Amino acid sequence: MHDITVVDLSRWQFALTALYHFLFVPLTLGLSFLLAAMETVYVTTGKPIYREITQFWGKLFLINFALGVATGLTMEFEFGTNWSFYSSFVGDIFGAPLAIEGLMAFFLEATFIGMMVFGWDRLKRGQHLAVTYMVALGSNLSALWILIANSFMQAPEGASFNPTTMRMELSSLTQLIFSHDAQAKFVHTSIAGYVTGAIFVAGISAWYMLQRRHVELARRSFRMAVLFGVLATAGVITLGDALGFIGGQAQPTKLAAMEGLWKSEPAPMPFNLIAFPSQQGQMNRGEVQVPYALSLLVTHSLDGTVPGVDQLEREAAARIRDGIPAVSALQTLSAHPGDPAALAQFRSHEKDLGYGFLVQRYAEDVSQATEAQIATAARDTIPQVAPIFWSFRAMVAMGLAMLAFFVLAVIYSMRNNIEHKRWFLKIAVWMIPVPFLACETGWLVAELGRQPWTVYGMLPTWMSASTHSVGYMVFSLIGFVALYTAFIIAEMYLMVRAIRKGPDEPHGSGDGRLINDRSQAGRMAGYAEG
Amino acid sequence: MELYAVLQITWWLLLGVLLIGLAVMVGMDMGVGTILRYVGRTDIERRVALNIIGPHWEGNQVWFVLGGGAVFAAFPLIYATAFSGFYVVMLLLLWSMIMRPLGFEYRSKLPSAAWRSTWDWALFVSGLVPMVVFGAAFGNLFHGAPFHFSWNLTSTYTGSFLGLLNPFAILCGLLSVALSVFMGSATVMNGAVDAIYERARTLARLSAALAIVLFAIGGVWVRGMQGFVLTSSPTPGIAQTPLQQAVSLVDGAWFGNFHAHPLLWVVPVLGFAGMLLGLLAAGARRSHLAWWLGAVAWLGVIGTAGVALFPFLLPSSSMPAQSLTVWNSSSSQLTLTWMVGFAAVFVPLVVWYTSWAFYVMRGKVKAEHVAADEHAY
Repeated sequence: MHDITVVDLSRWQFALTALYHFLFVPLTLGLSFLLAAMETVYVTTGKPIYREITQFWGKLFLINFALGVATGLTMEFEFGTNWSFYSSFVGDIFGAPLAIEGLMAFFLEATFIGMMVFGWDRLKRGQHLAVTYMVALGSNLSALWILIANSFMQAPEGASFNPTTMRMELSSLTQLIFSHDAQAKFVHTSIAGYVTGAIFVAGISAWYMLQRRHVELARRSFRMAVLFGVLATAGVITLGDALGFIGGQAQPTKLAAMEGLWKSEPAPMPFNLIAFPSQQGQMNRGEVQVPYALSLLVTHSLDGTVPGVDQLEREAAARIRDGIPAVSALQTLSAHPGDPAALAQFRSHEKDLGYGFLVQRYAEDVSQATEAQIATAARDTIPQVAPIFWSFRAMVAMGLAMLAFFVLAVIYSMRNNIEHKRWFLKIAVWMIPVPFLACETGWLVAELGRQPWTVYGMLPTWMSASTHSVGYMVFSLIGFVALYTAFIIAEMYLMVRAIRKGPDEPHGSGDGRLINDRSQAGRMAGYAEG
Repeated sequence: MELYAVLQITWWLLLGVLLIGLAVMVGMDMGVGTILRYVGRTDIERRVALNIIGPHWEGNQVWFVLGGGAVFAAFPLIYATAFSGFYVVMLLLLWSMIMRPLGFEYRSKLPSAAWRSTWDWALFVSGLVPMVVFGAAFGNLFHGAPFHFSWNLTSTYTGSFLGLLNPFAILCGLLSVALSVFMGSATVMNGAVDAIYERARTLARLSAALAIVLFAIGGVWVRGMQGFVLTSSPTPGIAQTPLQQAVSLVDGAWFGNFHAHPLLWVVPVLGFAGMLLGLLAAGARRSHLAWWLGAVAWLGVIGTAGVALFPFLLPSSSMPAQSLTVWNSSSSQLTLTWMVGFAAVFVPLVVWYTSWAFYVMRGKVKAEHVAADEHAY
């Protein structure tokens, strides 16, 4: 049997390492495209200032990129090291997009980033621009495949259980790739990265304008970033809405938790703007509601409804009862492969197999499960409401704040009086952490909301973890915390130092220095400037 | 033969290709990390060595990522069992590896000698430890690992961390380090001149000689070892789990495939030939040739291990009947088919643009150029 302490520690470790990794990924996604856009302007206009701009932001990009790559290695290991049953149970499906990510995307990104850094004076302008686009393409394709894999956990499609091999197997790669959840989530998440990149560039540029340093570089960078940012933020919000719409159908328990919806209600349903959900009492305190708004938001109509926790628990209990014979049949099949009676029993209860697994946490022999154990397992299907409810509201509030910021920023930037709006420049600097926090809360909503499943409706989290000892988990957690703390200190120190130092002075000289030098000196200088 | 069995063998071969790619490409960068403090006596010399692989280490590292991803996709039960069973070793591998990107990127960003020296040690550790683990992991395959499965294939590992560091595994770990140091030295010779070049040349000759000795000892050792033999199992090519077979342990059984198919002796011969000719090429200052011969040596060494173990991938020492083989741990036919397709398109593409990147960056890296530039690696 699994030790639940080990499962919880494994969850903490995965969440901390994933959240940490996800601090660096969105900036890579966004900044890589911004770099490509800046360099495109350089190549088409030939103005040296844009080369300086590209190379300066490229330097910051690399400081961030190194830690994104390093912490990404952890993620690839962790499925196997800490979620071994998950890995063998769905590896037939889940492994494929991860391997394709490496083949198609990460190779592209990583190989061309070396050329982007060291190739400034060895490649023709157009060639170098193409290289920069390959880096951006690679990082975004990478996000695509990772989110296809993630979507399989959220709304599994294109797979079925094979009782011969005792695991889920791929039935259609196209269904896996083109699942609605995967498509909406890819666009929502990758554009959230563009927003992050845009705020990062805009905020640092604003700081230079406040300091009256590198004003030319800052003003141009700011304008490009906010134009990019306003479009991206509008996109994130639109796709976030689509994701809520799709997710509401695929994962009703997540939606109920996001909205603090304990009781099913008739249409039109009110939206809980503020509430203090209590998991124990299955109720909210201090609700502030907006009439009709929930029906409109999640069903896009006034007479649509979504189920509340009470109804979802009843449905789960029924599915658990139906899943119990499926688990029993599988146990027989494990000892007697191909047993026809067991196979027939499995087939008629197959769709609720995952729910049968849920109750096995409390009753190892599921056929002996009591009503109380079934009720506990049914209650488990509701994730922790309060953190999801508040993470969701925080994410949406930050998204709307960023939209307002970008709209104003575009207006001021277009009127060419942004440098005189010092109050606004100060806000821009303070906006820098916001998209990072919004991305983190988005991760929390998506992944806390998926509980108690690693694969929604198919595989419970409690079964998925590796069978380690508590001691091993404490050891690895301490190791990660120590290493990652040291890393973030080094990263932040270098990032702040590079920002304070600013681009190489004097302005506009970036081109003259080594532009025609195709020697080894050029190769080294490429890094200096990149 | 069943199509499924053909696909399983194809993926077994592809896994070999990817692991050889990993050993060659990541191994050379890790070799440079391992020898960094020796070939570079001064800060500027170390920067020269780092900048030789500077434009490429990031792309090369993806061979490692892809190796892991391919095991996950094609042999999920191996990925799940090995990564969780070897938990502490995997963490040491991971923690040493994730220092490497920062070592490259952050080392020369500050002038402080203490800062740089710290990162040089980090690069040493992140070059040496992963290669020891890589070799030791192969070594442990020959003994098997203590794991077993429950009815639903939840794996439980019953061994200790220290059990993985047995003498044969350490021998394999050292062989892996020797080959990576050889490749790292050849790479440094390719890109450096003068004193750095000479030190790398010395190391290349030493490491090749050491690798020959270690590989030979390993062969004799395996000959006296108990090998695993599959005595009964469902037919290859039929979907199966490791719960349905019988396995016995027989002295010298790991030589069985070579005795049955003498042509396979070519594989270990390639290993020895690569090392011996690599030694001579390094001595003759033909560093590019030496590098390629080092790649041949890796092919011979990894190929030898694969051939000896086939069809086993990860034998179980505590419950031999539940050993993992090519037949019982692979993905489904559909997944293997798709993945063969993706590999057929993208592996050649990757090789093509990687070659282009090396072509663009060809030539020597000189100290004065690195010194003239405060930001190079």
